[in-house]
Amino acid sequence: MKNFHVSTTINGDDAEFICTPDETLLDVLRNRLGLTGAKEGCGTGDCGACSVTLNGRLVCSCLVLGAEAEGAEIETIEGMADGDDLHPLQRVFIDKAALQCGVCTPGILVAARSLLEKNPEPTDEEIRYWLAGNLCRCTGYDKIIKAVQIAAAEMRSV
Amino acid sequence: MALDTSNKREFKVVGTRVQRPDGIDKVTGKAMYGADVTAPGMLIGRILRSPHAHARIVSLDTSAAEALKGVKAVVTTADLSTPEDDYFADIRDNCLAREKVLYDGHAVAAVAATNKHVAKEALKLIKVEYEILSHVTDVDEAMKADAPIVQEGRADESVHEGWSQNVTSHFEFGHGDLEAGFAKADKIVERTFKTAATHQGYIEPHACLASLGTDGRGELWCCTQGQFLVRTKCAEILGIEASQLRVTASEIGGGFGGKTTVFIEPVALALSRKAGRPVKLVMSREEVFRASGPTVSSSIDVKIGMTKDGRITAGQAKLRYQGGAFPNGTVEFGSQAAFAAYDLEAVQTLGWNVMTNRPKEISYRAPGAPMAIYAVESVVDELCQELSLDPLETRLKNAARKGTLSSYGPTFNDIGLVATLEAAKTHPHYSAPLGKNQGRGLSCGFWFNFGGNTCVSLNLNSDGTVGVVEGNPDIGGSRASISMMAAEELGIPYEKVRTVITDTNSLGYNDVTDGSRVTFAVGLATIEAARAAIKIMCSRVAKIWGIDEEAVVWEDGCAKPSGPNAGEFPPMTIAEIAAIADNTGGPIAGHHEVNADGAGVSFGVHIVDTEVDPETGATKILRYTVFQDAGKAVHPDYVEGQMQGGAVQGIGWALNEEYIYGEDGRLQNPGFLDYRIPVASDLPPIDTVILEIPNPGHPYGVRGVGETSIVPPLAAISNAVSRATGVRMTELPMSPPKLLKAMSER
Amino acid sequence: MRYVKAENLETAAALLNGEPGISRILAGGTDVLVQLRSEAVEPDLIVDMKYLDGMRDITPEDGGFRVGAAVSGAELGEHKEVCALWPGVVEGFELIGSTQVQSRATMAGNLCNGSPAADSVPGMIAANATARIFGPEGFRNCPVADIPVSPGKTSLAKGEFITSILLPARPARASDAYLRFIPRTEMDIAVSSAAVSLELDGDGTCTAARVVIGAVAPTVLLVQDAGAALEGTKLDDAAIAKMVQAVEAACSPIDDKRGTVEFRTKTAGVLAKRAALIAYERAGGKK
Repeated sequence: MKNFHVSTTINGDDAEFICTPDETLLDVLRNRLGLTGAKEGCGTGDCGACSVTLNGRLVCSCLVLGAEAEGAEIETIEGMADGDDLHPLQRVFIDKAALQCGVCTPGILVAARSLLEKNPEPTDEEIRYWLAGNLCRCTGYDKIIKAVQIAAAEMRSV
Repeated sequence: MALDTSNKREFKVVGTRVQRPDGIDKVTGKAMYGADVTAPGMLIGRILRSPHAHARIVSLDTSAAEALKGVKAVVTTADLSTPEDDYFADIRDNCLAREKVLYDGHAVAAVAATNKHVAKEALKLIKVEYEILSHVTDVDEAMKADAPIVQEGRADESVHEGWSQNVTSHFEFGHGDLEAGFAKADKIVERTFKTAATHQGYIEPHACLASLGTDGRGELWCCTQGQFLVRTKCAEILGIEASQLRVTASEIGGGFGGKTTVFIEPVALALSRKAGRPVKLVMSREEVFRASGPTVSSSIDVKIGMTKDGRITAGQAKLRYQGGAFPNGTVEFGSQAAFAAYDLEAVQTLGWNVMTNRPKEISYRAPGAPMAIYAVESVVDELCQELSLDPLETRLKNAARKGTLSSYGPTFNDIGLVATLEAAKTHPHYSAPLGKNQGRGLSCGFWFNFGGNTCVSLNLNSDGTVGVVEGNPDIGGSRASISMMAAEELGIPYEKVRTVITDTNSLGYNDVTDGSRVTFAVGLATIEAARAAIKIMCSRVAKIWGIDEEAVVWEDGCAKPSGPNAGEFPPMTIAEIAAIADNTGGPIAGHHEVNADGAGVSFGVHIVDTEVDPETGATKILRYTVFQDAGKAVHPDYVEGQMQGGAVQGIGWALNEEYIYGEDGRLQNPGFLDYRIPVASDLPPIDTVILEIPNPGHPYGVRGVGETSIVPPLAAISNAVSRATGVRMTELPMSPPKLLKAMSER
Repeated sequence: MRYVKAENLETAAALLNGEPGISRILAGGTDVLVQLRSEAVEPDLIVDMKYLDGMRDITPEDGGFRVGAAVSGAELGEHKEVCALWPGVVEGFELIGSTQVQSRATMAGNLCNGSPAADSVPGMIAANATARIFGPEGFRNCPVADIPVSPGKTSLAKGEFITSILLPARPARASDAYLRFIPRTEMDIAVSSAAVSLELDGDGTCTAARVVIGAVAPTVLLVQDAGAALEGTKLDDAAIAKMVQAVEAACSPIDDKRGTVEFRTKTAGVLAKRAALIAYERAGGKK
């Protein structure tokens, strides 16, 4: 299989990689670029653990080819905090115990940030439907929904 | 180690909601899980799996795969050792099939190649000739005399003559005169239930990175609930010495019991040994469903007699569990747990474990209990309906309490069932109004909890901070709880303690993270290790002060003179003691090794409101409240988290989750699309009420909390559906097609 | 496998037409990448169409809207005018997959995947939507209803692909709705589904109705009798009952892991009834 050379932007930085045509963006992030924050829970878009944003849209990176990243702007969990300064969602997730095993957490945080950028004051139901593609097997979602609400309120007040 | 009742303890750290130490790594993507590591020269492994439910391997030719450029090793069962013990031989044969494939997805061979493309091509070049055999996947079918035999000659001595060879063990528990008990009943209900096999559904697939030399020296990184057990099993299966294999547990992306054995780890090690290079092996989600360890499916008969005023006179349950293609013992737990919530004069449970052509079962949160208690709690509820009794009052009337001879043998000590039921009774949820097509259900739940082999080191650093070294993977925040207990005992701030989970060469043996044992047993060992360190610190200070060791007490993180010497010397802080340890005898550490007992059983009660769409059979969970005895909630957030998470897994089990096998014996839904675990929008908030009835077996009164919460939802939801629709469902999941059909036949 | 970003329509058609092996068109990729991952299909050629001119545009046309073949669910859902004109089409499209999938999934892809359970297809057929197809012979238009042939198969010839879908104009008192049954609230494939598009006259009498059902036959199905049962009525109980009967009669589903024949048939009728009532209310009908 012929390799592709791809130039893209990840978390604001230029990034280049080579990949085979069948490699997914998730494969590339994890195996070529060392960004293992996005997880493969299913590889078929059913669990959301690999969520990233692509040109501002929330996607499953397992459902994007690496080759499609050419010229795109990608944001991953690794770019969510500003150095040591955690994003309010990240901080509140720790404060409110909105994670247990933590493997779904990067995907949920990326997805929740994407929601709050679009809708700063969501209802619980809106959060639940927005995050329906992010499976969590540990928490029963309760503390996740509450944490997103608390972070949203905090973000609105600044 | 008994509950510290000398003076009622006022906790300073325990019971607060501190930040977990692994939080930042987990919200920033830095935490390292099973598949997140690489090694120089690493190869990619892949496993060839059986497409058949049951077949003899007539021939297996790997030569073409071996010849493919980029393939560095191909392994089959011939590359594994021959353990004497059946227990290990079964695990080996589950990792790579020997002679027969026993279920759809059973591993047959594996390759290690320079990249995943080569590995994929290599699998296609492995030639396997199968002689297809007839198969069986249903538990009742497998027990019939003419059923296809999964494995010959595997029944143990408990199985009477005349049963199918697929029945491998039999259990019996109970006491009292059943016949007399049923004779006293005003009403007897007898029902048969079936529950589907479900999967733990952890989001992280099994993954490992293995490196093993031909000298038997190796390193293994993997996501597991127990690195020590992985080491024991891999050493047996590979024929190497335990001391030479160091296993390090990665961060673990969920387990729920499903990561308490090995599936791919011995295969990766065998590949690495043959290739002479590190091998990474990661299961796909499809492989996880087809070939890891789901829980049992069951068929259960329950017969209960009750008087008009709600006293249970006798109870009997016959439980038949299939646990896949190898013998297992889960039905023993089910048989013990079935009637645990009741104080009964006459009770009997009989259990049979059965083999089928399905993957080898492994633990799933309170293994064996949810289905058994579902069946019993459904019949109790039906009796309440028939006799017009309040289901909560009826449970209170029959509830097990301190001094009750349990249905499985032991007499209960301090238990929280009555307190939990009382809390549920007075909670506003129980009396809230219901609308049309809505119903409220409740159920009790129970789990034994476990202690087990535990080993902890606590090291005092020269700056007065403390490192705790333990050996149990942290699956839901236990590093925080362990640090909290160390801080509590030492009288220092939580932030001064860091707990790490170490590899198999750095600490004595620890049982796996299971049985809700970690906060209890590791906590207990940590407290004891802290006490050992305190004792050393007090002796060092006594030496400095020139007074008797006994005259030094430990309070608020300081050594203080006591008795006749009280006030004679200023207290010495832990930091001061640590700073001069060099001069007082060297490093200071505390250790504790124990096979802990006294775990203390746990009870819970769940109340759920459901609404059933009369035209589609769709069940909506409207409101949910969990009441559970935690003994002492060390970190209430994570106790609530366990209660909520277990409840939601139970909701999935009750409504939608199931292993679906086709006529051909192949799994039809090996993915999250059709194995339907609850999503966020399916659920209401899960409210929690923590009860704290101290466990006499732990210095702080801690009980395990992880498992009980998955037990009540099955019956609670079924009971709620029954009250919403007038239909008593006896099969799980109560998926909409089944419920709509039952409603139309009403 | 080769991945090619199509430079223009002609080269795309030529590439697809000239490929002797298996080829796949990539727009949102939410089906194609799942097929790749499961190794169910190993394509020799993937042609990425989403960068072609017009593929991501939504443009007004003769009172309706032309929706580019690479327009995602999220993009269509943000288009207020389309949502106002064809709410049933949009809600069907938006039910496909998760938020993540919505960022990528396309109606054309959903249609060409050929699933009888496709969520966006009943709405499009109820809307009498037309696909614009480009191929070796140039452009042609084809009713969406004529594209699915059987599960996984479409009427598109080798080298052909959809470039846009036209959602036509409709009169003032008209609307549509789509409902599906799934066991959970999200993330499932429809077990049964129904789309209903209605036109009403001034006093609320239905003058035209199209009832389309999904997941209950080898293809998404327009049920003429069901529509006819509603026409000339104000969706009274008798008309609805007759419509439900026609829907149930048209069902020829299969038993599988997602549902039984009985369940699919029964719920298709229930969903058609509920969708009809929603569409009626949206169209300004008062009951």
